Amino acid sequence: MDLSFSDADRAFQAEVRQFLAEAYPADLKAKMERGEELRKEDYIRWQQIVNAKGWAAPAWPTEYGGPGWTATQRYIYSEELAAASTPPILPFGINMVAPVIYTFGNAEQKKRFLPRILDATDWWCQGYSEPGSGSDLASLRTKAERQGDHYIVNGSKTWTTLAQHADWIFCLVRTDGTGKQQEGISFLLIDMKTPGIRVRPIITMDGGHEVNEVFLDDVKVPVENLIGKEGQGWTYAKFLLGHERSGIAAVGRSKRAIARLKSIAEAETIDGAPLITDPAFSRRISEVEVDLIALEFTELRTLASESAGKGPGPESSILKIKGTEIQQAITELLVEAVGSYAAPFVRDVPDGQRWNEYPIGPAYAANVAPSYFNMRKTSIYGGSNEIQKNIIAKMVLGL
Amino acid sequence: MDFSFTDEQKMLADSVERFVQDEYDFDTRKAITRSDEGFRRDYWEKFAELGWLALPFDEEDGGLGGSAVDTMILMESFGKGLVVEPYVSTVVLCGGFLRAAGTKAQKDAVLPGLMEGKTLLAFAYAEPTSRYNLADISTKAVKDGAGYKITGHKAVVIHGPSADHFVVTARTSGGQRDEKGVTVFLVSAKAPGVSRRDYPTVDGLRASEVSFENVSVGADAVIGEVDNGLALVERVVDEGIAAISAEAVGAMKKLHDLTLDYLKTRVQFGQPIGRFQVLQHRQVDMFMAYEQSKSMSYMANLKLDEAPAARKKALSAAKVQIGKAGRFIGQQSVQLHGGMGMTDELSVGHYFKRLTMIDTQFGNVDHHLKRFGAL
Repeated sequence: MDLSFSDADRAFQAEVRQFLAEAYPADLKAKMERGEELRKEDYIRWQQIVNAKGWAAPAWPTEYGGPGWTATQRYIYSEELAAASTPPILPFGINMVAPVIYTFGNAEQKKRFLPRILDATDWWCQGYSEPGSGSDLASLRTKAERQGDHYIVNGSKTWTTLAQHADWIFCLVRTDGTGKQQEGISFLLIDMKTPGIRVRPIITMDGGHEVNEVFLDDVKVPVENLIGKEGQGWTYAKFLLGHERSGIAAVGRSKRAIARLKSIAEAETIDGAPLITDPAFSRRISEVEVDLIALEFTELRTLASESAGKGPGPESSILKIKGTEIQQAITELLVEAVGSYAAPFVRDVPDGQRWNEYPIGPAYAANVAPSYFNMRKTSIYGGSNEIQKNIIAKMVLGL
Repeated sequence: MDFSFTDEQKMLADSVERFVQDEYDFDTRKAITRSDEGFRRDYWEKFAELGWLALPFDEEDGGLGGSAVDTMILMESFGKGLVVEPYVSTVVLCGGFLRAAGTKAQKDAVLPGLMEGKTLLAFAYAEPTSRYNLADISTKAVKDGAGYKITGHKAVVIHGPSADHFVVTARTSGGQRDEKGVTVFLVSAKAPGVSRRDYPTVDGLRASEVSFENVSVGADAVIGEVDNGLALVERVVDEGIAAISAEAVGAMKKLHDLTLDYLKTRVQFGQPIGRFQVLQHRQVDMFMAYEQSKSMSYMANLKLDEAPAARKKALSAAKVQIGKAGRFIGQQSVQLHGGMGMTDELSVGHYFKRLTMIDTQFGNVDHHLKRFGAL
């Protein structure tokens, strides 16, 4: 057992740091550090910067444009990005649909879609959940009926993240309603501009617009947009869920969030002293920090076995559960840190101030309560934490 | 020992419950929170007609002579409807100062209008760096002839935008966190030198940053004793804690019921999700947290009139329970509703947000654990 990185890994780390120092635009960084909501162009801009360096898709095979890194390099890279507080590379294209396309798609599909995913020409969203099919995803009812060289798709998808920006949606659809639920599902790529698609915003309790309902009404989809074989969609979806989970521990982001929490706790006071010197509060910061160390080493162990050739197993559910619990605990502490100034709800006033008006509390307090509310989603999405525990119970423990 | 309500209290409970059910459904509440003023004047007048604004005041002051338990009954129903009207600010807190220590002249000047629904008040006590320490005051009231000049900044004054008067804590002597030297003033919101920045809060209320710049008040603006106001502030804030604890209990009950109903009706994997034992136990934990909170709310309201040390201990204990249970029930209600629980469209998130803010009001769990331990 050895904890240290090799010389090559350390050199790689230095290279990533140098790239970030040179290429990460200051205005974007400032926006991220204020906790401001990112716009479509912010995501695209950052992905294009990273792609120009050839680093947009760390996990892709080199033949499709991946950098050919080892698992350790990928880990170092994502940690450095998180430490620098860069905008996230949205997972829907790069991490979700792309691996399905290059693993199960045909040559034509790879050529058509992968380059446009890499350079952010196409924005993808995920059409999985339906109003009646959340945790029980396999019960989905959106129907695709074959008519000549097209499918006619009818149904609705929900919780579709950033569908309002999307050019394409990858959908699980039912092509066969007769046999076992899982066996009648297919994986279909649908152009969002196709007539019959309507996107309705869902506003979440923090006031944000991240998710949507997507209605599909007699949507005509060419058969060549089917991935793999009809009826095999569930297999591809399960494969994809494995990928979705591997980044979900968010160790780097949580480290960054703890650093922010500590700096706020330095600035806030309690009875005239910095809040961070309050034994009760500092103890609670320490508790979440210790949890995070445990998670980091669990992730490193997963990484090591991945490097040794084993794919991410059902143990990755641990990363999802603990990772989201930690993210939520940090936002909870942030709310407590800012005290009464958690209450003001003033969107889009990042500096907490408008011309000729009294400031509303410190600038760092502005988004604290809304992000606490928003982060409750993390234990629900990507397979709720209850479902993750079912997976561990069944697949790991054999219960 | 008797935990039953009197016939009058049952009637009060019925009428508030009916109001919330018939006239304060979630869509109405949503429209109210989005209106210009952020509450409904006609409802406020209705509260006056129904006697709710006169509830805690002595009969000789024109009130109904109600008890803490009466206020608790009212607040619990308000909690179920997430009522945003300025009841706690005007009646419980500012009214509480006048009840406890107002002179006859002060009462005559404010209480009739308050009880008729014409006069609104807000309590300006917190400051940008005071956190939950009620004595941490840098707002100064400097002697000026017979009266005072007040200068300072008060933070997150709930219901500040609609207030006709502020009850303001200021320092007349001593250092920033000294217990001695705190004085309570009644200040007109229109007095020269008073200015506000108004904003909505995450839980659907309105609040203000209020600035006082050399605001002149007479000696008759002092509520209670000069320099010895802290005990009065603590007493009235404890009444506020009792009131919002009852409100929280109402909100928890509503979340508990909504979630239970969802577990019985939401079908996944071919059965209502309430058939899954892990969710049953979660709901049981929510149920227990609610029951324990209700017990604490009763306890706190029954002990409001005890000697200060016993009262403070009781109120801190209640606030700890309410803070913990509110967090647990709020978070789990969202979790068990899945994505739906995250939406602005469903009421669940709004109860969760209110419960979250109740924890930050008048001291969170940490603050009250500390106060409990120190007493």
